[in-house]
Amino acid sequence: MMRLPPFRFHAPETLEEAAAILADKGSDAMILAGGTDLLPNMKRGQHTPKHLLTLRRISSLRDVRNGSGLSIGAGLTLTQLLSNQTIRKDYTALWQAAKVVATPQLRNMATLGGNICLDTRCNFYDQSKEWRKAINYCLKKDGDTCWVATSSKTCLAVSSTDTAPALVALGARIRLVSSAGERVIRLEDFYNNDGLDYLNRRADEILSEVILEPVSGWKSTYWKLRRRGSFDFPVLAVAVAVKFTDDGTVEDARIVLGAVASMPMLSTDAAEFLIGKKIDDEVIRETGRIAAKIARPVNNTDLDPPWRKKVIPEFIRYALREVRGDDISSLRQRVAHQSRS
Amino acid sequence: MNTHVIELIVNGDLREVAVRPNLTLLQLLRDHLRLTGTKHGCGTGDCGACTVLLDGRPVNSCLTLAVEARNRTITTIEGISTSGTTLHPVQQAFVEKGAVQCGYCTPGMIMSSVHLLRTNPDPTESEIRHAIGGNICRCTGYTKIIEAIETAARAKKGSGQ
Ligand SMILES: Cc1cc2nc3c(=O)[nH]c(=O)nc-3n(C[C@H](O)[C@H](O)[C@H](O)COP(=O)(O)OP(=O)(O)OC[C@H]3O[C@@H](n4cnc5c(N)ncnc54)[C@H](O)[C@@H]3O)c2cc1C
Ligand code: SF4
Ligand code: FES
Ligand code: FES
Repeated sequence: MMRLPPFRFHAPETLEEAAAILADKGSDAMILAGGTDLLPNMKRGQHTPKHLLTLRRISSLRDVRNGSGLSIGAGLTLTQLLSNQTIRKDYTALWQAAKVVATPQLRNMATLGGNICLDTRCNFYDQSKEWRKAINYCLKKDGDTCWVATSSKTCLAVSSTDTAPALVALGARIRLVSSAGERVIRLEDFYNNDGLDYLNRRADEILSEVILEPVSGWKSTYWKLRRRGSFDFPVLAVAVAVKFTDDGTVEDARIVLGAVASMPMLSTDAAEFLIGKKIDDEVIRETGRIAAKIARPVNNTDLDPPWRKKVIPEFIRYALREVRGDDISSLRQRVAHQSRS
Repeated sequence: MNTHVIELIVNGDLREVAVRPNLTLLQLLRDHLRLTGTKHGCGTGDCGACTVLLDGRPVNSCLTLAVEARNRTITTIEGISTSGTTLHPVQQAFVEKGAVQCGYCTPGMIMSSVHLLRTNPDPTESEIRHAIGGNICRCTGYTKIIEAIETAARAKKGSGQ
């Protein structure tokens, strides 16, 4: 049985108090939200923080505020997020993404902030300490070789968060709070394409809220490929948000791929191609081809890379057909239960 | 020593316990409170054998710190029958329908089902499948489990519970 290593536990009541503890402990401390990513990782010896700081007692982190757009507290659980009707109606891609994260039990515990900060994943890393020891560990933790690409100087572990691609497509910004002050950045700028150093977050910073713009004219959708239909991390995610003019011309677009790199990948080329056009079948075909170019699936997740690569443009096309207004619910149903050995 | 004294309500009883921060709720229930109905399967959130209700919602107790249960309410498989002598309708249906083989997944499976029927007394088969999506059974193939939950839903409706 895997046990948790020892640590000291802090349960601050306010964000200021939490920031002060982090400022004091620095990288010896880690934040505990739902714990559904961090605690398995700690049991596997991937993280051994001396201090854990829970956010659960800070109720302001669960606020959802309607203004010109929407502000969602980072401590909101995914179950709470799913019961919010504004999110369901206006920020469809986010709602759909949250809905397919993990299991009902885990969604009762898991938070939005934790999902955004989710550790990157790899078949050579998400293993027990003994398993990893047997391969002499790897670059991401305790070793010096990447077993996915032995010549690689960087870790290629995969960004596997469902909500982040959706949020990047929706143009989300996040607020990071520390004792030294706070900053608001675009979510895509929070990530690095490096499986080891995947977040642009200082050790003393707390992600406090996600800020979404008003959605008038925008339509969004989220598509996920996973091995098991019941629950599984994505091996491909496609999030698309498109703003249409009254006559159906694309005014703005954001196409994001998840689980194909160490961060959610925004295809600016595909967006540029789409803008000013009407979404006909030929445009859909070509956009799928262009957007898929930013993906480099490697052999460290479920399902073999050549097949995953082949289905990327198809998934992008499904998403585009859906935002165009095609009824492809039966296809969505089929993909949701997709499995392939 | 780095221990925390906490109060929590377990199956209706107020308990006071001293816990180390790295003790999971599952370890607290099984090893300290001797409530061994809740099972340890994977320890990593994958199997659902450790499912208990925390403030009425199913969670994986293997990934919940005991200290995080401070001042909260926990219901385990030992606490769902109100009388203590008769089985809960979901338990009864699991027995009748043969939804139990080795039994290892059963307590967790029943906790997820109890929560489903409390929030959705008349679920469709698809809703049942989703509700137990986080509970893995390696024996039954799920068919009997789904039948049992459907039976329990009908029984509860019939009895007006
Ligand atoms: C069996 C299983 C299946 C899963 N399936 C999926 C899936 O399909 N899709 C998916 O996306 N995820 C999945 N997960 C991973 C996880 O459950 C979710 O990503 C969840 O949303 C993580 O949130 P949390 O609150 O539990 O994070 P935690 O585990 O508490 O934290 C995760 C990381 O984020 C940091 N962190 C948390 N909150 C903050 C904050 N406010 N500010 C700064 N840092 C913070 C923590 O320090 C930690 O490094 C799965 C997990 C399991 C065990
Ligand atoms: S991509 Fe390479 S370095 Fe990164 S976790 Fe996998 S094996 Fe380790
Ligand atoms: S023991 Fe908790 S999910 Fe398997
Ligand atoms: S009855 Fe054996 S695992 Fe379900």
